[in-house]
Amino acid sequence: MLDAARLRADFPLLERRENGRRLVYLDNAATTQKPEAVLSAIADYYRTTNANVHRGAYSLAIRATEAYEAARAKVAGFVNAWAPEGVVFTRGTTESINLVAGSYGRAHVGRGDTVVVTAMDHHSNLVPWQILCQEKGATLRMVEITEDGRIDLSDFGTALERRPKLVAFPYVSNALGTVNPAAQLAKLAHAVGAVVVVDGAQSTPHLKVDVQTLDCDFYALSGHKMLAPMGSGALVAKPELLEAMPPYHGGGEMISRVFDDHSTYNKIPHKFEAGTPNVEAAVGLAAAIDYLERIGPERIAEHEQALAQAAIDQLTQIDGVTVYGPRGHRAGVVSFTYGDIHPHDIATILDQDGICIRAGHHCAQPLMRRLNVAATARASFYLYNEPGDVAALAGSLVKAGALFGYVPA
Amino acid sequence: MDTSPPEPRLSALYQELILDHYRRPRNKGALDGATHSVSLNNPLCGDEIDLQLRVDDDVIRDVRFIGRGCSISQASASMMTQLLKDRTVPQALTLAAQMNAMMQGDESAAKDKALGDLRALAGVSKFPVRIKCALLPWNALTDAVKP
Repeated sequence: MLDAARLRADFPLLERRENGRRLVYLDNAATTQKPEAVLSAIADYYRTTNANVHRGAYSLAIRATEAYEAARAKVAGFVNAWAPEGVVFTRGTTESINLVAGSYGRAHVGRGDTVVVTAMDHHSNLVPWQILCQEKGATLRMVEITEDGRIDLSDFGTALERRPKLVAFPYVSNALGTVNPAAQLAKLAHAVGAVVVVDGAQSTPHLKVDVQTLDCDFYALSGHKMLAPMGSGALVAKPELLEAMPPYHGGGEMISRVFDDHSTYNKIPHKFEAGTPNVEAAVGLAAAIDYLERIGPERIAEHEQALAQAAIDQLTQIDGVTVYGPRGHRAGVVSFTYGDIHPHDIATILDQDGICIRAGHHCAQPLMRRLNVAATARASFYLYNEPGDVAALAGSLVKAGALFGYVPA
Repeated sequence: MDTSPPEPRLSALYQELILDHYRRPRNKGALDGATHSVSLNNPLCGDEIDLQLRVDDDVIRDVRFIGRGCSISQASASMMTQLLKDRTVPQALTLAAQMNAMMQGDESAAKDKALGDLRALAGVSKFPVRIKCALLPWNALTDAVKP
């Protein structure tokens, strides 16, 4: 396992105490804390490099542009993108998927066509497709999940018989921690001629990702879930697809020539980056990637899987606790319920011990309906968590049981 | 493992009476002959309430609820229904105002006997994110009876 105590010293916020207790931050699937290296990269950018990018003819602006484009190359390298120009900076996964739906989707999905999603998709990889299908008179087909929280491959196959125009799924489920066989799903979808959109919000921070090996067409990621600032993120796409797509937002930067009544557009990726971009976010994301690469995505994945396994082992020892999602290989996300104690009550009680978990539907209401729960409690781990955090979680849960007078049925 | 007793704030929040209403909700289920009904949910946490009232001549003759959610929202709904029967609509709205005041930390409202069992929820005012849970059934009531 990683030396989490040493890594934690890099994160100023984790030194804080919460409700008089050591902060135990277990809501990493929602967002992660930021290391000093990222905080100082952002401050340094404003102290030494800030100017508008791709516009100024002076040295400072050139340096700002270089920093921004270097960040793009860094993201491209981190996920093995097809080319740096196939990396469009966005505010995060949600905007990346909306970009695909609003540009590629509106150009290629029409009346009577089918778009395939899964029952474990986050609302951000569902609602944009609902909007598109409603607008176009297309059919949205939701693939079912198995009892243990995996994509039902047989239902996936049935959905593909409709020869969908587009297939969208998450690499890793934010609510269950399921690691989906993304390369296999992409191959099956391509075999029927569909374009493949992968929600990488939960995979990019936690696994070694190689989009060319996955062979998807679009891959969306969020920086804030991988140590980078909020509002950082990217759409990683096959350049030839981006080339052929109509613009998403209109404005400065995305144009080539502007006439009174029409315009020609800039080359990719700038065609999709209208307006002044969030350069600070890109620079922060590059610093986060440096930090993650120094540790190594494979080692991070191992560390989190060990913590998740320890959490599952300890939580299932508590009478009345149900853990959702697959056993065995999974990401560092553990969703659970505890008897009739509502997840919100659990979260409030744990908070008094300085433990931060998420309680709710995890932006996955279709999934919650299938699990037949209104909400779950969710602990999610990252590189700075340690076995002591899992023990604190289990200990505090026992306390919640006592407070509620929980008696196993 | 930390085995110290729960913090006073937590014990104040999760009083026996609240857990009793949560586990044995009063007036839960559909109401025959309802004249007013409102469904509300809290999109953030998924708490749900479907409040049904039978109002006759501006008097709440009967009230029941269907819902699911946390102990605070469900106990608040259960306690509310106990209190509303045979009240006039203006009286019910006055109680809703008192409940709101108590959630804002108003100590005189928290001592008001008119709130009955609901006074057990006074501790919620110390947990700002949970106030919306306690007020969910009251917001449903206000929506249901507004002219």
